[in-house]
Amino acid sequence: MAERLTKVKVKKLGDKHQVLVLINHPMETGQRKDKKTGEKIPAHFIETITFELNGNKVAEASLGSGVSKNPLTGVELDGAKPGDTIKVSWTDNKGESGGTEATVK
Amino acid sequence: MKRRKFLQSSVAGGALVVAAGSGLLKPSIAAAERSNETAFAATEADEAVKTLFGGMQAEDSGDITIKAPKQAENGAVVPIKVETSLAADTIAIVAEKNPFPLTTAVHLNGAKGFYSTRIKMGQTSNVVAYVKSGDKLYKASQTIKVTVGGCGG
Repeated sequence: MAERLTKVKVKKLGDKHQVLVLINHPMETGQRKDKKTGEKIPAHFIETITFELNGNKVAEASLGSGVSKNPLTGVELDGAKPGDTIKVSWTDNKGESGGTEATVK
Repeated sequence: MKRRKFLQSSVAGGALVVAAGSGLLKPSIAAAERSNETAFAATEADEAVKTLFGGMQAEDSGDITIKAPKQAENGAVVPIKVETSLAADTIAIVAEKNPFPLTTAVHLNGAKGFYSTRIKMGQTSNVVAYVKSGDKLYKASQTIKVTVGGCGG
């Protein structure tokens, strides 16, 4: 299976930082049917996304199948300084996982 | 012209089938290891909130802002931003009429009271943002109109 692209963007907004994560993922609900075969497409969605700032977990998002495909998820941090590391990792219901790191500018 | 009509009706019909089917489906999807799995599998908004927050009663709060379109043209991608000045531990977004109303929740531990995401919506519905702060639960809601549902294919 193709590697799923994970992108992190850190944006400075005044005295806080916004962390936006874009993950390439189908986010199948398990309710959709394949038009050709009429069979259900099995559910496949991201369950958790963890945000770490310098190794400390600052936020953990739980997702259901009701999140759009290629989810764009954002949190805001205050107290992030230039040079700090933000690590994002995710896992889905089929055991796939991914993640990436970004440095605060 | 005929073809166009056919397309329109088949799209509408498809949406109905999905909506009708969803009520009958048992949330049997695997991965029950998650602690909040039952909340995500709940098919009623009340049940989902009760499970997620252990039966806490939510009060309306003016300190929660939902930034979302009043009308979503495409139900497959509805951007939602929740911001609060409360010291939030958890922010949950519930689309009341979705087959599984609890769409997503975030547990905050040092991050600010902010969460942005994009959700799917099958039909026009009230979207409620729940914010847990300490041992209190607050909520704010907004109705989002959906012209094309996001659950069908």
